[in-house]
Amino acid sequence: MTTMSSAGHTRRDFLYVATGAVAATGAAATLIPLIAQMNPDASTIAAGAPIEVDLGPIAEGQVIKVFWRGKPIFINHRTKKQIEEAQNVNLASLPDPQPDSARVKEGHAQWQVLIGICTHLGCIPIAHQGTYDGYFCPCHGSVYDTSGRIRSGPAPLNLLLPPYEFVSDTRIQIG
Amino acid sequence: MSGHSLYQPQSPFMKWMERRLPIAGLIHSSFVVYPTPRNLNYWWTFGGILTFMLGVQIITGIVLAMHYTPHVDYAFNSVEHIMRDVNYGWLLRYLHANGAAMFFLAAYVHMFRGMYYGSYKEPREVLWILGVILLLLIIATGFMGYVLPWGQMSFWAATVITNLFSAIPLVGEPIVSWLWGGYAVGNPTLNRFYSLHYLLPFVIAGVVVLHIWALHVAGQNNPTGVEPRRDTDTVPFTPYATIKDSFLMIVFCILFAWFVFYMPNYLGHADNYIPANPAVTPTHIVPEWYYLPFYAILRAIPNKLMGVVALGASIVILAFLPWLDTSKVRSARYRPLYRQFFWVFVVVCVGLGWLGSKPAEGGYVIAARILTLYYFAHFLIVLPLLGLFEKTKPLPNSITESVLHGDVPLGASAPPPVKT
Ligand code: HEM
Ligand code: FES
Repeated sequence: MTTMSSAGHTRRDFLYVATGAVAATGAAATLIPLIAQMNPDASTIAAGAPIEVDLGPIAEGQVIKVFWRGKPIFINHRTKKQIEEAQNVNLASLPDPQPDSARVKEGHAQWQVLIGICTHLGCIPIAHQGTYDGYFCPCHGSVYDTSGRIRSGPAPLNLLLPPYEFVSDTRIQIG
Repeated sequence: MSGHSLYQPQSPFMKWMERRLPIAGLIHSSFVVYPTPRNLNYWWTFGGILTFMLGVQIITGIVLAMHYTPHVDYAFNSVEHIMRDVNYGWLLRYLHANGAAMFFLAAYVHMFRGMYYGSYKEPREVLWILGVILLLLIIATGFMGYVLPWGQMSFWAATVITNLFSAIPLVGEPIVSWLWGGYAVGNPTLNRFYSLHYLLPFVIAGVVVLHIWALHVAGQNNPTGVEPRRDTDTVPFTPYATIKDSFLMIVFCILFAWFVFYMPNYLGHADNYIPANPAVTPTHIVPEWYYLPFYAILRAIPNKLMGVVALGASIVILAFLPWLDTSKVRSARYRPLYRQFFWVFVVVCVGLGWLGSKPAEGGYVIAARILTLYYFAHFLIVLPLLGLFEKTKPLPNSITESVLHGDVPLGASAPPPVKT
């Protein structure tokens, strides 16, 4: 630079700094599309619309798997015994304490709807396996109970619940 | 070290060229007259082998890419098409798949060599850190390549590994969805992995250039860990290192060919010949053997976030090795205690690898915890303390002296490098 005095800022210094600042902002702004293009695109989001499931054909004790947004959703028609086991648990002993009632819709305790993705690293647990007759994840050995609550293993959280509601007594809408 | 080029172009064309782009001179000074310590052993040939393997992966990869289709509906079948229909497709794919394993084998030998002979110490810290960056890059490249055939292992490896990022507090979930380009691993994920799998090897090639540049500035370490002091301590790269490198490369290729031709699927998993099924996780998922020690560390820790942190730390800690090892003496030859701890460390790494292949239950988990603890203790406790307490053996005055066992040097057995 040709500025002679080191003391005091010249008009030219200001222009240099201002030009640099604008250039840096512009460069940062170009990152937005480059990063945003990797987020779910419009068609993926559109394909994630809600789905309806008829619960009629699911027998007591049966677990079915449906897909919503590429995620497996477990629908478990629980037996009386399973419901009781899920309700009579000392909450303080759970890693992620939650009463069973908070994990089903009121008046529909026999229907349990879960996202069937292990909260550890995303494997799909196997139904009716593990110590609690709930779910067992084969990947790193997480065990969930009949309410889908984590009981042992590396998973930090209970199986997540998808957003859903009952449209009639035997139909639900997921999403 | 690499002095000014001594290259004397002979032909008029090379003379013309040398004044415009002195590439022949650069090659001459870096790979012909470049002085290498006269006592290098075969453990020093793995850098050359790694460069060769990178070339193998790039060439076989580019031809595979001519026949491969990166789409969830076609990827699996296109790989089967390569195996059955494409001329020599089976050979190219087996070379590429087993080549990845050989790449890691060479990388691990290369790194243990560096640890044994203290090659990471001053003035080679940057050289070593570039090596750790290369390790991270090949880990990422190998992982994304493994996803491409879109078998069951591909799909679930992609799911489990991308989910590692979900352990990050608050931003974890958005990051994972951003990585996937969806709500689960799917077509957008496969496409971007393919794009990156094609790109990263060329990034690796670029970092390799920096790595070799740093090597040629600091000069090679050698089994004594004593820097070359006189002309008789070194020999010219060609023919000495060239021949030694070539010989072991051929031996290495025999091993490589043995896998490719006699047991091409030995290192793989049968489950990956089942097309990806997002509804079912295979009962026993394990990564490729070269990731097993890290996988064991991940699973050893019962807390999700801490498991992921430990996994990352087990690699990143390598970058700090130059400062964690406090000993002034480089080579384990003159460090009787370190030499034993080094071998214990090797056994711990292999043990972790074995545990990573076992189901995460009972005694295996306990053993993995103990070994994980030791892995970190090696870097954080053993190495810093050894440097302070270990009584090292006297170092030879020079490489020549160590080779000729103190005799009066009879003149080097090789012509000394020409002086500038
Ligand atoms: C650092 C170098 C590389 C490593 C470590 C590597 C590793 C891998 C691995 C482990 C696989 C899975 C093989 C299988 O089980 O079938 C794979 C597949 C693939 N790679 Fe690479 N790769 C490298 C370079 C490249 C390059 C440079 C290209 C292309 C320009 C490429 C293109 C492919 C293709 C098309 C596939 C899918 C076909 C198949 O599965 O065999 N790779 N890579
Ligand atoms: S993914 Fe289920 S235990 Fe790790």
